[in-house]
Amino acid sequence: MLFIKSLSTFGKYLLLMQRTFSRPERMRMFFKQYIKEMYQLGVNSIGIVLLISFFIGAVICIQLKLNIESAWMPKFVTGFTTREIMLLEFSSSIMCLILAGKVGSNIASEIGTMRITQQIDALEIMGVNSANYLILPKITGMITMMPFLVCFSIFSGILGAYATSVIGHIITIDDLTLGLQHDFNDWYVWMGVIKSIFFSFIITSVSAFYGYTVEGGSVEVGKASTESVVSSSVLILFSDVLLTHLLS
Amino acid sequence: MIEIKSLYKSFEDKEVLKDINSIFENGKTNLIIGQSGSGKTVLMKCIVGLFRPTSGQILYDGRDLVCMNKSEWKLLRREMGMIFQSAALFDSMTVLENVMFPLDMFSNDSYSARVKRAQFCLDRVNLLDAQNKFPDEISGGMQKRVAIARAIALNPKYLFCDEPNSGLDPKTSLVIDELIHDITVDFNMTTIVNTHDMNSVMGIGDNILYIQEGIKEWQGNKDQIMNSTNEHLNSFIFASDLFRKVKEANK
Repeated sequence: MLFIKSLSTFGKYLLLMQRTFSRPERMRMFFKQYIKEMYQLGVNSIGIVLLISFFIGAVICIQLKLNIESAWMPKFVTGFTTREIMLLEFSSSIMCLILAGKVGSNIASEIGTMRITQQIDALEIMGVNSANYLILPKITGMITMMPFLVCFSIFSGILGAYATSVIGHIITIDDLTLGLQHDFNDWYVWMGVIKSIFFSFIITSVSAFYGYTVEGGSVEVGKASTESVVSSSVLILFSDVLLTHLLS
Repeated sequence: MIEIKSLYKSFEDKEVLKDINSIFENGKTNLIIGQSGSGKTVLMKCIVGLFRPTSGQILYDGRDLVCMNKSEWKLLRREMGMIFQSAALFDSMTVLENVMFPLDMFSNDSYSARVKRAQFCLDRVNLLDAQNKFPDEISGGMQKRVAIARAIALNPKYLFCDEPNSGLDPKTSLVIDELIHDITVDFNMTTIVNTHDMNSVMGIGDNILYIQEGIKEWQGNKDQIMNSTNEHLNSFIFASDLFRKVKEANK
């Protein structure tokens, strides 16, 4: 029964995506929405991305320095490992999990409220493809902004690691810089960017699906918002395993 | 003109509409009345194409909605305007942007021509002063008037109103009713209003369809309704003490 229900939900999701990925009625309206969504979903997330990445970068550096320090371990290991964690997992996967909470719930509740207040019905009556008009700019806007957010996150995380060195004197700047530069592989940056593009599609499309299919009132919008965050987080984790395996 | 022939609508095992036949003429305000749960909203949603009927025909000037392909359906939708119970204005847009939305989407006119048309529609509903306000900054009655302005922006041939007076005081309801009636006559539209407000029935009911439990019980106009012999209709109309007294006074 659960399997059939899941299959049915997945089918509905695919049908919604089919409607979403059609040619916009008016390109000028699409671009207007696209710019608006890049600002709302992407630019408005820069603050939280910088803040969280800065502190996580600092904490990773402190933890590594305090817990793996040994006479047998080279001094650059702390900087090296901090960089690898930021590049490979935190700035792409973990940051997307955080954004699934912020952006995902925002999308689900916005579209869900439009559904229960008949704004989506109004679009349909006018002859507008509501899925295309509402969802496509969100997906494309988020996909455009996500690589920038990943780069900001990496930069901010490394800045956090330097802060532990400059303010906390946990590690010397030279040891940290040596570690950060040691055996650098630029593919890891691309890997993070590629993964984040997939994750941003999951966040926006899954949240939009939950919002678009809401039936009922404000309680159901709240539930849809929560379900969208849970579902997109689980899907991000699953696809992270798959993508890491494929891209490594 | 909209013609409905042998319309049936079921949800799983439950039959909500049974053999509805009716004609809604243009230039007239056609009302669908009935108690809550009688099926009038389902009928309205079938007529506008939000629900697909189980069987029957819905003819828009001879064009059957049920048999239309996607492109015909798309074209027909652009001839429709609808006012929802909740006004359904886009809350991220100003009043002017709301009215301009259908024009931005479907009109090839220049920006200034679109603004001019939207301002004309807002002026028609006496809301030109509120054009830069957001929907949550204006009253419920004003929101309904903005919805009317948005609905007529593309010069529709068919106007649908789902309980336009819901949640409004009697005086504002009267303004909305008169506006709908005047616009219908001025633009020679086919207007269908879904309501259970008896003041609207007596005020603008050029053609009234009464349905009960999904069945068409009675059809006539506002002059005939008071003298109807239909028991179900009478129990609906004269549920109000005021209308009972009006009937007695007429006798």
